[in-house]
Amino acid sequence: MNQSSDWNAPVRRTGGAPEPARRGSEPSSLADILERVLDKGIVIAGDIQINLLDIELLTIKIRLLVASVDRAKEMGIDWWEHDPTLSSGARDVLEENERLRRRVDALEEGRGAREVDRGAEREDER
Amino acid sequence: MTDSLAVWLYAVMAAPEDGAPPPGLTGVADEPVRLVEEAGLAAVVGSVPLEDFSEDALRGHLEDLEWLERTARAHHRVINGVARQGQVIPLRFATLYHDDDRVRAMLQERREDLTATLRRVADRTEWGVKAYVDPRSFLPDPDEPAGGEDSPGTAYLLRRRAQRQDQETAHLRATERAEGIHASLAALAVATAAHPPQDTALAAYEGWMVLNNSYLVPDGLTEEFTALVITLGERYPGVTLEVSGPWPPYSFTAPPKAEGQARPEEAAS
Repeated sequence: MNQSSDWNAPVRRTGGAPEPARRGSEPSSLADILERVLDKGIVIAGDIQINLLDIELLTIKIRLLVASVDRAKEMGIDWWEHDPTLSSGARDVLEENERLRRRVDALEEGRGAREVDRGAEREDER
Repeated sequence: MTDSLAVWLYAVMAAPEDGAPPPGLTGVADEPVRLVEEAGLAAVVGSVPLEDFSEDALRGHLEDLEWLERTARAHHRVINGVARQGQVIPLRFATLYHDDDRVRAMLQERREDLTATLRRVADRTEWGVKAYVDPRSFLPDPDEPAGGEDSPGTAYLLRRRAQRQDQETAHLRATERAEGIHASLAALAVATAAHPPQDTALAAYEGWMVLNNSYLVPDGLTEEFTALVITLGERYPGVTLEVSGPWPPYSFTAPPKAEGQARPEEAAS
């Protein structure tokens, strides 16, 4: 437990953590802090409110930043959900790809489009 | 006097016996940090100049990455600092009140809520675990080269499709692996929270981040938990695991949602 003191929380625990399986280059990256600090604490409305929900004037840079935060989703920024390389929760896109690919395969094999459509419908019903 | 100042909240904790925050802590405006007590609770606060922290000023500042980083780190530093005294509820960045009286009123109003939250996270600590994989180690074995006699255009497209399929297969395999790791870790945690993979512009890494979760671990299981991370890292050579923490319970002090609570009940310890 010899990370820099800036981020390291309470030394309440004896022994502490052994060497992690991998060490980040930076003990606590900005990304780690922001994804917790920006929206993870309890929500208590203040008087002078910066409601992150309402911020629409953010630059792209900040959008990228807060995109690591759930709140971003509520702001309508949810690109990672649709990018299979960024999200394990992108199943819908993967499934759609799968469906489209099957359809292409079927068409290439010269099967009737109707059959393919039926397949697609079955997919949708799931 | 006070109309040029606002009160920035960092955290709420049970009122400490000595009634003071750790000496020397400074906040987002380099201001000394102090406590506002009410109803057995203490809000950790600092007085910040309204000209920098009014809603309008904040909107401007939030577009400034450098300011955001500096201020977010300061916010986090204070929360970490007071967490040495005991369990805290970290508050969301930029929670501001007009004056101490309003803070006291809030503590009174939210007393039950806050007390229950403190109880929920008592003697538990948040740990972050990330898993990275090198996509190449999850690629399927190369198949027969497809469609040799097709026209160059078709062959190209087929090749492209095969590549794409391989990528997806690799991603699926890596995700399955990550789910397995998560299940093992979650068994030691009382609650878990998933974060989306981080943006590579912010968190420089190569390959795929297939897991970015927080675990609320009973303090008695800390060593078991971190040892498990290492064991899992050894068991799956294709996966690089990274543990961060201890964190104040950022990910577990929001009002509980129906999902995302791995095990609402007490973990055996």
